Amino acid sequence: MKVGVCVKRVPETGARITLTSDDQAIDTSLLGFTISPHEECAVEEALRIAERHGGSTTVLTLGPAAASEQLKNAMAMGIASAVLLETDGGDWSAEATAAALAEAMRAQPEPFDLLLFGNEAADSGDYQVGVRVAHTLGLPCVTGIKGIEIDDGRLTARREAGGGWEIFELPLPAVVTVKEGINLPRYASIQGRLRAKKTPIERIQPQPRASALETIRLVVPPEHETHVEVLGAGADAAQRVVAVFRELGLVGL
Amino acid sequence: MILCLVDNDPVSLEALTFARRFGEVEALVFGDIDVGGYVARARRVVHARLDEYAPTAWAQAVLELEPEIVVAPGTDRGHEVLAHVAARIGAPLAANVIDASVDSEALQLTRQRWGGSLLEEARLTGTPKLLTVAPHAIDAEPSGITTTVEDFTPTLGDEHFRVRVMRREEPAAGTARLDSARVVVGGGRGVGSKEGFAVLEELAKLLGGAVGGSRVVTNLGWRPHSDQVGQTGARIAPDLYIACGVSGAIQHIVGCKGAKRILVINKDQNAPIVARADWAVIGDLHEIVPAIVAELRKNGA
Ligand SMILES: Cc1cc2nc3c(=O)[nH]c(=O)nc-3n(C[C@H](O)[C@H](O)[C@H](O)COP(=O)(O)OP(=O)(O)OC[C@H]3O[C@@H](n4cnc5c(N)ncnc54)[C@H](O)[C@@H]3O)c2cc1C
Ligand SMILES: Cc1cc2nc3c(=O)[nH]c(=O)nc-3n(C[C@H](O)[C@H](O)[C@H](O)COP(=O)(O)OP(=O)(O)OC[C@H]3O[C@@H](n4cnc5c(N)ncnc54)[C@H](O)[C@@H]3O)c2cc1C
Repeated sequence: MKVGVCVKRVPETGARITLTSDDQAIDTSLLGFTISPHEECAVEEALRIAERHGGSTTVLTLGPAAASEQLKNAMAMGIASAVLLETDGGDWSAEATAAALAEAMRAQPEPFDLLLFGNEAADSGDYQVGVRVAHTLGLPCVTGIKGIEIDDGRLTARREAGGGWEIFELPLPAVVTVKEGINLPRYASIQGRLRAKKTPIERIQPQPRASALETIRLVVPPEHETHVEVLGAGADAAQRVVAVFRELGLVGL
Repeated sequence: MILCLVDNDPVSLEALTFARRFGEVEALVFGDIDVGGYVARARRVVHARLDEYAPTAWAQAVLELEPEIVVAPGTDRGHEVLAHVAARIGAPLAANVIDASVDSEALQLTRQRWGGSLLEEARLTGTPKLLTVAPHAIDAEPSGITTTVEDFTPTLGDEHFRVRVMRREEPAAGTARLDSARVVVGGGRGVGSKEGFAVLEELAKLLGGAVGGSRVVTNLGWRPHSDQVGQTGARIAPDLYIACGVSGAIQHIVGCKGAKRILVINKDQNAPIVARADWAVIGDLHEIVPAIVAELRKNGA
């Protein structure tokens, strides 16, 4: 079983987003970087599947040279090898991202049996890179998955729907996009970090391409500022809190 | 043709309402939802093998009609089906659009990024134009038009049914659902432990509500992920959200901004969530929440 997992480097925004002066990007000068929680879970799921069924794991990302940090983090969790599709840091459309990833996957000496993605990237949230890769590679695909089981070359996937579950079955090889909650990701171990440091990253120079969806600018939505009424400090405020519940009709008079 | 994908999720009716700004819209209906009064023409998909959801089959039905603009609800299914359409024809897809206008051959769009904490203004050219509409960006409103519904049977082959729902599991009876609860008592890192949630549970029970939490508490295993409120968890819209020991990171806020009122209990009066609140109590939640519970009990709740 050869499992691939795709992650995207995104800024770790705090309580407020600040944009660069040209409104084209998030000002990341004071920010660290991370990947989406969905993708952290995809990494964990890849590890669990390889542990259960045997096989190898590879993490792929398209991004600037600094995105090797996110690859190393995935390797520290246990992913065996990493591929960086190195860009000059410019913006890549979902079509271009998917085309480049699919090409890199095809170029691997051995084909992947399973490709995992996040359901949507944390920043742009286009909900489509995984599906596009599946089409390019001619593989079946299902999105938004919160449970995977593999048995005898078939994959069973669970998706939440209306409080219940929809269950899909797919033949392998396949593409699955996952959501946070599918598992609880492990922490990287110290040995893992040491190993990740020593493992070389495979680098590829992908070809950019134009898209018919063009970003004009980013806008921080106006904040819905409320007038806060401080009901008090400490336990003495309890009476006033209950008065609020009464006002809202949550408890009887 | 301007086509809008509609399924049994009521968010579809918002997408239909949104799509009307582009001109005369036809609805492509999967399921038995009533679109009467929304559009002049609706095609209800009838196909022997489409008794269950199959994403590529739905995408093929869209493609067969050769639309110029396709609008879908920003739901799991809407995103998935349009991503398949987009991938098949190599067109871009703009997800979670909240506003759009026609500008000669192009569409000017505003769409959500970061789950809605950042907006992107974009220009979409080429044909067809594919977009999903962010849930609750606008209200569903019929225009009062008379709707003719006809059956439509797309031409589908085995290749369109490689992936489909094989079976379903219905929700367990009596589980309080976070996304429809009237009151949500949310806990963050400040709750301190799994056990610390007992008193939040009690408060939620007294108010007929549900318990939620931040990503920190689901990540620490104090609560199951199904309790998580935020960008990668549930979007809640209660009458009152009581946030205890939650700092108010934007990824949490996008999940609770649908709450009508927010009451914050936090020991730090400068925590970002306080600025979003209607009421705040400053102090240790381990003293305040039990005092509120005691006060409610005293009042016979
Ligand atoms: C300021 C700015 C301007 C932009 N301008 C444009 C523009 O003009 N036109 C345009 O088309 N795009 C533009 N983009 C890029 C675009 O918004 C997305 O980054 C791109 O479309 C990829 O989509 P996504 O990451 O939202 O993917 P999604 O489809 O939401 O991602 C799903 C999953 O795919 C995988 N994935 C996504 N990206 C990568 C990656 N890089 N490497 C590895 N795996 C990945 C992950 O597993 C992820 O969870 C711009 C971005 C920025 C920040
Ligand atoms: C892409 C992405 C997606 C994310 N998705 C989500 C999501 O869906 N949901 C989510 O919640 N987060 C999400 N996050 C994480 C988010 O950024 C924050 O890390 C998280 O919300 C912080 O949780 P918290 O408020 O519980 O913890 P903290 O930020 O640590 O805040 C704890 C608060 O508790 C207060 N406190 C401490 N002790 C007490 C006490 N005894 N009494 C009263 N107050 C006390 C403190 O003053 C502080 O304000 C996401 C992050 C990323 C990057």
